[in-house]
Amino acid sequence: MTARRRSSYPLGLLALRTVAAWGVALLLFFPLGWLLLTAFKTELQAIAVPPLLFFTPTFENFHEVQERSDYLLYAKNSVITSVLSTVVGLMLAAPAAYAMAFFKGKYTKDILMWMLSTKMMPAVGAFVPIYVLAQKSHLLDTQLALIIVFALSNLPIMVWMLYSHFKDIPREILEAARMDGATLWQEVRLVLLPLGMGGLASTGLLCLVLSWNEAFWSLNLSAAKAGTLATLIASYSSPEGLFWAKLSAASLMAIAPIVVFGWFSQKQLVQGLTFGAVK
Amino acid sequence: MPTRLALAVALALTSLCGAASAQTELVIATVNNGHMIEMQKLSKNFEQANPDIKLNWVTLEEGVLRQRVTTDIATKGGQFDVMTIGMYEAPIWGKKGWLQELKTDAAYDVDDLLPAVRNGLTVGGKLFAAPFYGESSMLMYRKDLADKAGVQVPERPTWPQIKDLAAKMHDPKNGVYGICLRGKPGWGDNMAFLTTLVNTFGGQWFDMQWKPQLESKPWKDAITFYVDLLKNYGPPGSSANSFNEILALTNSGKCGMWVDATIAASFVSDPKQSKVADQMAFAQAPTMNTPKGANWLWSWNLAIPAGSKKVEAAQKFITWSTSKEYIQLVAKTNGWANVPTGTRKSTYAAPEFQKAARFAAAEKTAIDSANPTDSTLPKSPYVGVQFAAIPEFQAIGIAVGQQMSSALAGKTTVDAALKASQVAADREMKKAGYYK
Amino acid sequence: MNRRLLPRLLLTPAMVTLFLWMIVPLVMTLYFSFIHYNLMQPDQTGFAGLENFEYFVTDPSFGTAVLNTLLLLGSVILITVVFGVAIALLINEPFPGRGIVRVLLISPFFVMPTVNALMWKNMMMNPIYGVLAQVWMFFGAQPVDWLTDLPLFSVIVMVAWQWLPFATLIFMTALQSMNHEQLEASRMDGANYLQQLRYLYVPHLGRSVAVVVMIELIFLLSIFAEIYTTTGGGPGDASTNVTFLIFKQALLNFDAGVASAGALFAVLLANIAAVFLIRMVGKNLDK
Repeated sequence: MTARRRSSYPLGLLALRTVAAWGVALLLFFPLGWLLLTAFKTELQAIAVPPLLFFTPTFENFHEVQERSDYLLYAKNSVITSVLSTVVGLMLAAPAAYAMAFFKGKYTKDILMWMLSTKMMPAVGAFVPIYVLAQKSHLLDTQLALIIVFALSNLPIMVWMLYSHFKDIPREILEAARMDGATLWQEVRLVLLPLGMGGLASTGLLCLVLSWNEAFWSLNLSAAKAGTLATLIASYSSPEGLFWAKLSAASLMAIAPIVVFGWFSQKQLVQGLTFGAVK
Repeated sequence: MPTRLALAVALALTSLCGAASAQTELVIATVNNGHMIEMQKLSKNFEQANPDIKLNWVTLEEGVLRQRVTTDIATKGGQFDVMTIGMYEAPIWGKKGWLQELKTDAAYDVDDLLPAVRNGLTVGGKLFAAPFYGESSMLMYRKDLADKAGVQVPERPTWPQIKDLAAKMHDPKNGVYGICLRGKPGWGDNMAFLTTLVNTFGGQWFDMQWKPQLESKPWKDAITFYVDLLKNYGPPGSSANSFNEILALTNSGKCGMWVDATIAASFVSDPKQSKVADQMAFAQAPTMNTPKGANWLWSWNLAIPAGSKKVEAAQKFITWSTSKEYIQLVAKTNGWANVPTGTRKSTYAAPEFQKAARFAAAEKTAIDSANPTDSTLPKSPYVGVQFAAIPEFQAIGIAVGQQMSSALAGKTTVDAALKASQVAADREMKKAGYYK
Repeated sequence: MNRRLLPRLLLTPAMVTLFLWMIVPLVMTLYFSFIHYNLMQPDQTGFAGLENFEYFVTDPSFGTAVLNTLLLLGSVILITVVFGVAIALLINEPFPGRGIVRVLLISPFFVMPTVNALMWKNMMMNPIYGVLAQVWMFFGAQPVDWLTDLPLFSVIVMVAWQWLPFATLIFMTALQSMNHEQLEASRMDGANYLQQLRYLYVPHLGRSVAVVVMIELIFLLSIFAEIYTTTGGGPGDASTNVTFLIFKQALLNFDAGVASAGALFAVLLANIAAVFLIRMVGKNLDK
């Protein structure tokens, strides 16, 4: 089919499309590419006028970042908090979304909207209450605090995403399974999970990205132990002295894992990112 | 049976605690400035000498550090055992009883601390924080450009002289701007500089009744002069420039003159990071109507929050990192040009330091001449040269700083900005109950 | 199992946790907003009445902040929807290197907001060393001082850069599910590309637009990192939004009372937005 469509297409148009698409993509990617280059420059090269495109790369900045801060500790915290908060979030959101999708009641829509509206209060507005609560329950500077906060702040989005996925599963299949006398567990395991897998995966992926990039809570609820990579950046932005190259290196180290992860899982993520917008 | 179980649990718990207390873990919050990062590297020496103490670092940029440390101490969060605090916080927190008094031994030689700095950190005769490095402000300029302009910069120049020289140096076609000054809003950013400018123009933040004075003549004159100066002879983007941005500009040879923290002197004269290291020369901060308060006084200090359970270990660490021995250690490792300055008389007395640091004499003069308790021409009720050490000042300084950057960017007139500033300051002071 | 009990049972954990997550801070915020509570002045206590609210609302920056919040929201949504649709249409048909182009396009979405802001501020928009300044100089123009002269616009650019990939992705997925026979048929009937766009593509994308608007609404109302890191809300209050105004009270002035009053106002704003926009959009979603 692809071949047929391409044949009906003038070659000139294809060339135009190719050039335009590559142009837009490179333009949008440019800032990131520049960050990548700067990370391998020396501080004086980083602020050179006119900017340097060709230079001998140095690994000095990465070395410096590693020496100053324990990168692996931050990376470990990032992985643990984002993965576990996603798991916790899915465990809470999936049953709720299931109930909403298959046992639609009078208030389902309102509950959904209410859940979404909780997401709109700026984090800083709840800062003092949450901080005091965390301190009273001795959760300051623990991974547990961040896992709870991440999971709960992503929960509304997760419920909505899963709800729209589950809604697209034909009810007839479930009905048929029930007719055959399937128990709830069998229904979930044999019918719902295989059909809803795509939705669960992309919801999980999105939340992983959101948790990884969360900066406000991870900065304010952590000290020496639980800080994630987002807090690592705070020790490299605007010190005294030249800092662009070191900042670039630290930034690159903080975003690289999730960006690369995103590249590899993008097909999966894209499939699920429809929120029921596609029929 | 239950008692035996309880006993076992209790035993297990005590053994756990025992294992934990064998090594005291200290969490130290620091600002990400060069000297502090160096200390973090050198602290291996401390840990080797004190195997029972383990250090954990939280290094943050200034603004974030201030937020974290203040919320922690105010809510008694107890997350930090050693805090890096500024000269603004030390007296306020000390007075509130939020800080542990520092007790030092004879070897520490507390009398060796520079009197101006020590006074700033002392409340009611008690020292609440130990200075790690201190600074004043001064004029840094390009000797080569001044020579080319045929101007001999005096030891203590006046602002009109600076303006003339800026006009002569200004050459934007060749990427040289006459003068670079702070413009980025913030009480520690543009307002630090602007307060010294207003001081020397004869102004003050509050009169003896605590009424804000932002619409007084000295403020108007000073701000008009500043906006005019930067508009004509400053680099583009001044309203987003603070210490770092200007340091980058100066190091790449784009600023003819710069009035800022003395700590910059060691950076701009370091050939490893400055293209114009050889050309830099130093003088005292410019004056106008009075020399009082023309240059600021600031120090970054280490303190222990009250109620800390690890006072002894924290005290030990602070004593080590602010001692003469520590300065010797930096000198041995990185050379005398890189030692933290502005804290001890003995540093300036060391001949090796005088030789290594061209700016040493100018810096010491600047620090010694600053007096936080008497920095304005009319009498003022507050302490501090480039700030007023009252809790409300942060909010006021931020609001006024925003207005000043707005005036500098040409979004409002100087008069309108000062009027808005006066309103903002008045609101804060009223709310805090200074007057009705 | 009981057909009425089961859904409630399944819904309860999420509802209860979310309710607690919302209600506990909300009640505390409500309480704080009526008392004198400044972290820096623990000796000042007691009932404050409506003082905190009055103080927040009469802040000279308040009106600007509300306006900026709406401007930021509107512009970013407009930019991402328009350019998102355009880019999605552009890469909808196969061309050489489509896979790589897609990877490049999606990347900004994975970048932390703080890194995004620092990158634009230092490497792109700096008026002397920034790449944009260099480009301007190359063409002999006076470099633009982005963060000073166009602060809100600069923030909009950064945020839009981050969210454009997200919109593009959703539109792309939606386009892929289009009915190809219908497209072929229209081509047979001699419809040109513009006509196809008008009558087939755009109506098909309606629901996806609704989704993008809604998701972005949720995240953009509380944009903070980009403003804090780049302009600090200035110059003046030119780029202060409601979230930043609350931040100023909570973490720069340490006045939990006024900050709480501000937070309640933000909740109100969010709910107004929710009632109007989400209802409108939500209807579209329900079809």
